[in-house]
Amino acid sequence: MPWLAVAALAAGTYLFRVTGPVLGNRVRLADGLQRSLTAAATVLLVALAAVAALTEGTGWAGWARPAGVLAGAALALRRAPFPVVVIAAAATTALLRLCGVP
Amino acid sequence: MFIMTDMCSFWRTIDPGTLRAIGLVCLADAIVGASFGALAVSGGLDPWLPVAMSVLIFGGGAQFAAVGVVLAGGGALAAVAAGLVLNARLLPFGFAVADAAGRSWRTRLPGAHLITDETVAFTMRHRDPRLRRAVFWTCGLALFACWNVAVAVGALAGRIVGDTGAIGLDAAFPAVLLALVLPSLTDRRLRGAALSGAAVAVATTPFLPPGLPVLLALTGLLLPGTGRGGPAEEAR
Repeated sequence: MPWLAVAALAAGTYLFRVTGPVLGNRVRLADGLQRSLTAAATVLLVALAAVAALTEGTGWAGWARPAGVLAGAALALRRAPFPVVVIAAAATTALLRLCGVP
Repeated sequence: MFIMTDMCSFWRTIDPGTLRAIGLVCLADAIVGASFGALAVSGGLDPWLPVAMSVLIFGGGAQFAAVGVVLAGGGALAAVAAGLVLNARLLPFGFAVADAAGRSWRTRLPGAHLITDETVAFTMRHRDPRLRRAVFWTCGLALFACWNVAVAVGALAGRIVGDTGAIGLDAAFPAVLLALVLPSLTDRRLRGAALSGAAVAVATTPFLPPGLPVLLALTGLLLPGTGRGGPAEEAR
C-alpha cells in the first residue's frame, strides 16, 4: 500500500464527507438518492463483514473466526454493549483456537 | 481554543446516558483499532502505514478493506476502489448531519472529517440543534482520539504479539461491523439485498482479485423487490 494510495483514499473520503456540510444548507440530496446510497452502504458493510468473517485470502477462514463473530452478533442482537460484543467475539475465537479448532 | 470552551458547555448539555453510550462505543472502537494496527503490522506492513491511514482516512471499514486487499496480494488501485466505494456512504451521512458540524468554515471543514457511522448514528437520535452539535463534536473528537491512539498502540504491539490470531483479534472487526449494521437491517427488502450481496461476495472471493467481491455485493440491490425503499432509516 504505497503512500499515494493512502493519499488518494484519504482525499476521496474527505470529499465525500465535506460535500454535505458545505452544501447542506443550500442543496438537499434527493430522497431517492439518499435512500439508495444508504441502502448501498448497508449492503457493502454486511458483505465486508461476511468476507472478513468467513474468508482468509482466497480461501476459507476456518471455524474459529466465524464462530467468534457469530457469538458477537448474537450478543449484539440482544443489545449487549459494543465492548462486550467485540471482546466476546475475540475471546470465543481465541478459546476455540486454544482447543485446536482451526 | 474556542472549541475547548465550547466543549465544556457541551459536556453539560449531553445527558449521562448518551455520554456513557459514547464512552462504550469509543472503548469498542479502541479494541478494533488496536486489532487493525496489529493485523496490518503482523501482516508485513510498516507501522507508519496503519497509523497514517487512521489519521487521514479515519474510517474502520475502508481501512480494513484496503489493507485486506493489499495483504491478500491485490493491487493499490483495487485497494483504493474498495475503500472509496465503502466510504461513498459518507456522502448522504454528510447531508444528514450538516447542521451539527457547524455554520462557519472553521468548524465545518474540520468537522466534516469526524463524520463516521458512529457519530452520525448518535447525532441522528437527537432533534434539538444545540444538543445535536454537542453530541456530534463530543462523539467525533472522542472517537478520533481513541481510534488513532489505539491503532498506534496496536501497530507497536503487533511486532511483539506476532500471532494476532491466537488472541482472536481477527474476529473483532467483523463482529463490530455486524453490531453497527444490525439495527438498520429491520427492513425486510434491505435484509434480503444484504444477505444475497454477502453471499455473492463470499462465493466469488476464491476466484476474483481481492477487493472486487465486496463491490459485487451491490448486485444484491438489483434483486427484484430489494433495494428500493431502502432502510427504515437513519434519515428520520
